[in-house]
Amino acid sequence: MTGFALFAAVFLACTVEAVEALTIILAAGTGRDWRSALKGMVAALIVLVAIVAVLGPAVTALPLTALRLVVGGLLLVFGIGWLRKAILRASGNKALHDEDAAYVKELEAAQKASGGRRPLAGDWYAFTLSFKGVLLEGLEVVFIALTFGSNQHDIPLASLGALAAVAVVAATGIAVRAPLSRVPENTMKFAVGVMLTSFGLFWGAEGAGADWPGSDAALLVIIPAVLVVALAYVALFRRRPAAAVAETTPHTAAS
Amino acid sequence: MQKIKAFGLFWWDFLIGDDWLVAAVVVLGLAATYVLGQQPGIPAWWLMPVVVLVILPVSIWRQLPKKR
Repeated sequence: MTGFALFAAVFLACTVEAVEALTIILAAGTGRDWRSALKGMVAALIVLVAIVAVLGPAVTALPLTALRLVVGGLLLVFGIGWLRKAILRASGNKALHDEDAAYVKELEAAQKASGGRRPLAGDWYAFTLSFKGVLLEGLEVVFIALTFGSNQHDIPLASLGALAAVAVVAATGIAVRAPLSRVPENTMKFAVGVMLTSFGLFWGAEGAGADWPGSDAALLVIIPAVLVVALAYVALFRRRPAAAVAETTPHTAAS
Repeated sequence: MQKIKAFGLFWWDFLIGDDWLVAAVVVLGLAATYVLGQQPGIPAWWLMPVVVLVILPVSIWRQLPKKR
């Protein structure tokens, strides 16, 4: 895996997470209170930094085989989740632009909530909504950067990819201050799903003791193969009666 | 009690996602790959791609809108 491929993979995956975190912050800020939403975001970032400080070295010190097994399994679960949703959208079985729906849903929930005021947090609901969203998505960003980086022995470059993604999305959010439906979410999720599933397959099987033909070069076959299979499933499920639905499924960590 | 439940839900959501069957099948597939890999002369790399090939459409099917 080249340095550019590592950077691109981490950048793309982390962009998806950052877009979701920013959507939640925007909903909490516009629906309740900007200051509290931003406090929640800062608090979550502090917790994330603490987690990275404690777990970062521990993750890289883990035996590589065990690391690949655990990471591969998790990436596979995340990747299949992303692919499933992307295929459901691409085949017309799920609303395509559900970032809009997610934003409206979060906004309505924020406006309905009674949430009291706390001395430090301000509006508690806006604070916790923002905190939870940033912590959950931020953990995935940290997870992706550390695991991709440690597996390719280049954590600084992977971290740079993650930071660049967060910076780009944050700048975009500040510039538009609107739901991020303009970002081609499903295309990005499709690509990320393919990448995570491919790396999950590779690392998971290798961690479980399998030897891939061609070693690392097997990825050059696995990634296009996963893409072709995913596109085939889009075609397969498109044959069903069109059943585009307006509602979205509940938010999940996988996407 | 509610906080413990929320903590558990957070990690369930983070690790398992919205289809527990995928996580369960992935774990079983990795375990089977390990067992297969212990047998001399039998390649084990093909098992997980087959697992993904099967579980992905099953998971999609489970989340298709139900016919009325």
